[in-house]
Amino acid sequence: MATPNVPLWEVFIRSRNGLAHKHVGSLHAADARLALQAARDIYTRRGEGLSIWVVPSSAITASDPAEKGMMFEPAESKIYRHPTFYDVPDEVGHM
Amino acid sequence: MYTQALNTSDAEDRHVEDAARAGLFQARIDAEERIEPNDWMPAAYRKTLTRQISQHAHSEIVGMLPEGNWITRAPSLRRKAALLAKVQDECGHGLYLYAAAETLGTSREELVDMMLAGKAKYSSIFNYPTQTWADIGAIGWLVDGAAIMNQIPLCRCSYGPYARAMIRVCKEESFHQRQGFEIMLTLSRGGKEQKSMAQDALDRWWWPVLMMFGPPDKASQHGDTSTKWKIKRFSNDELRQKFVDATVPQAQYLGLTIPDPDMTRDEAGHWVYSPIDWEEFNQVLAGNGPCNRNRLGARRKAHDEGAWVREAAAAYAAKRSHRDVAQAAE
Amino acid sequence: MVNMAAASIQISETPLVLYVLRRADDALILGHRLSEWCGHAPMLEEDMALANMGLDLLGQARELYGYAAKVEANGNDEDKFAYLRDVGQYRNLLLVEQPNGDFARTMVRQFFYAAFADLYWRAMMRSSDATLAAIAAKSEKESAYHLRHSAEWIVRLGDGTEESHARAQTAIDDLWAYTGEMFWLDDRERALVDAGIAIDDASLRAPWLKTITNVVSEATLTLPTNNWMQQGGRSGRHSEHLGHLLSELQSMQRTFPGATW
Repeated sequence: MATPNVPLWEVFIRSRNGLAHKHVGSLHAADARLALQAARDIYTRRGEGLSIWVVPSSAITASDPAEKGMMFEPAESKIYRHPTFYDVPDEVGHM
Repeated sequence: MYTQALNTSDAEDRHVEDAARAGLFQARIDAEERIEPNDWMPAAYRKTLTRQISQHAHSEIVGMLPEGNWITRAPSLRRKAALLAKVQDECGHGLYLYAAAETLGTSREELVDMMLAGKAKYSSIFNYPTQTWADIGAIGWLVDGAAIMNQIPLCRCSYGPYARAMIRVCKEESFHQRQGFEIMLTLSRGGKEQKSMAQDALDRWWWPVLMMFGPPDKASQHGDTSTKWKIKRFSNDELRQKFVDATVPQAQYLGLTIPDPDMTRDEAGHWVYSPIDWEEFNQVLAGNGPCNRNRLGARRKAHDEGAWVREAAAAYAAKRSHRDVAQAAE
Repeated sequence: MVNMAAASIQISETPLVLYVLRRADDALILGHRLSEWCGHAPMLEEDMALANMGLDLLGQARELYGYAAKVEANGNDEDKFAYLRDVGQYRNLLLVEQPNGDFARTMVRQFFYAAFADLYWRAMMRSSDATLAAIAAKSEKESAYHLRHSAEWIVRLGDGTEESHARAQTAIDDLWAYTGEMFWLDDRERALVDAGIAIDDASLRAPWLKTITNVVSEATLTLPTNNWMQQGGRSGRHSEHLGHLLSELQSMQRTFPGATW
């Protein structure tokens, strides 16, 4: 008999360095509490984390890679959003 | 990482894909771009990776057993803690790898069921027994040493989730080989019995470890697509030679003798080893190694005896969500 | 060369040495039991969890043995305490040496002990002995997590399926008689309590029972009404199980006297 599937959870850890939660992988657990404990045991064995999120994998909506051009290329031409677009004379100093 | 030996051809199910998409896909690979789960990929690429990553994961999990055999008998508390942590890491690595494999669309349960049914392979090295404490040293030093040779190039594998899992695995494994070497060093600096225990372990593990890198290049027809897809970046013989060259001086430092009296050094400084007994490798792969039945039996037992626990967790979760729904309705 | 099996050590068992060894032995033996699961747990996630708890306990044992060695100042060390004492010299609770059995039994054993250890270490953070207070501060966090994890499982097993409920209830019924020993103390410990070094374990019984009762009732399980309690581990009178555990644990050290590993 095929082993029944246990729900899949995506795990996000906020590390000690003050950065935002970062996706680290996934795990299987019957419910959210067990998922949280499993995430702690699997993904923070070396003191990596200060905070954990677990999210049912089924709850994630992802962008379609086929629409990559439409989704992301328009932003690439907006070079005026970047500081290097603007010339500030050296004498003004750091800005 | 124990996958090098397991690559096999996908020629049988390579069907004609959309040529334009395949061309774009290969161009991305050639440009060293990473392929991500939702990206289009040839069916054969998906299948090859699902098999390779899941076999790698199975190897980590089955690999817990030979070393686990000594956790309760580790000769000092320091060694016991290190060994338990190491075997636990292997379980963790198996989990990272199953997670990477699942992004290709097959569930972990299905992958594990295939392994338990004997339909999926794991590294043949784990079908050898750990009969003395020195085997724990030899596994760390040699098996993990060989694994690291294989794993480092996989950190640049074209499939993003696999490459990322390997980066994490490599980072964590750096202590594994060192703890093994330290055990061997302590034994080889110890009493006569300890030294002969270390030599005996090297004698038994040396040749099976060389086999871990897989069949010789001239006998293997399957490397092409894996190389083209940048899943595999070095040939079996290249990695094997790299391992031998790195290991011989370590054995000399330990004062141990590599069980290959005809080994010589060529002009380029490489150690030339004697022919490997591939019949033994093929027999172990075919299920006739000293521990194949025990290893699979132990995994099946854990799986079967754990069924009621998994069912309980699922039943409780279902009751809970019904209760939550009922409460919300009130 | 013919080896004689390594002989057991002698211990100058002052009240403080005895006290520390008792707690160290609890942690070592329970940690050893948990380590037996490694590679055989009902799910891989639980392999990770059991090993983590085992490593915590092994760490506690090592710190406590180290302190016992320092207090005793008799040339012993953590490995001599662990590997070169006989069954009769071991001072752990009978509860922790009980075999793993099925997952329900392991979790009930863990739950009973962790619910005690959590209270115990929290109270010991106020010990007038600075070393014990520091060990307590670290161990308290570990025990709190062990309690959390095991309690979650008790609830899921009790309120899961018919089979898991029956297994969890059997485990509770079988292990209940070993819980009383946790709250027992002899005159030598009483003197340490009076000196502010130890805490009165008997005072932990009421809050322990409250935790146990809450979780067990949420799990739709029941506590036995038989309150006859087994004891003996603290004074070296053990069940049949400890000898087997020790013969495995100690096999290398006993076979190769004086070797360094």
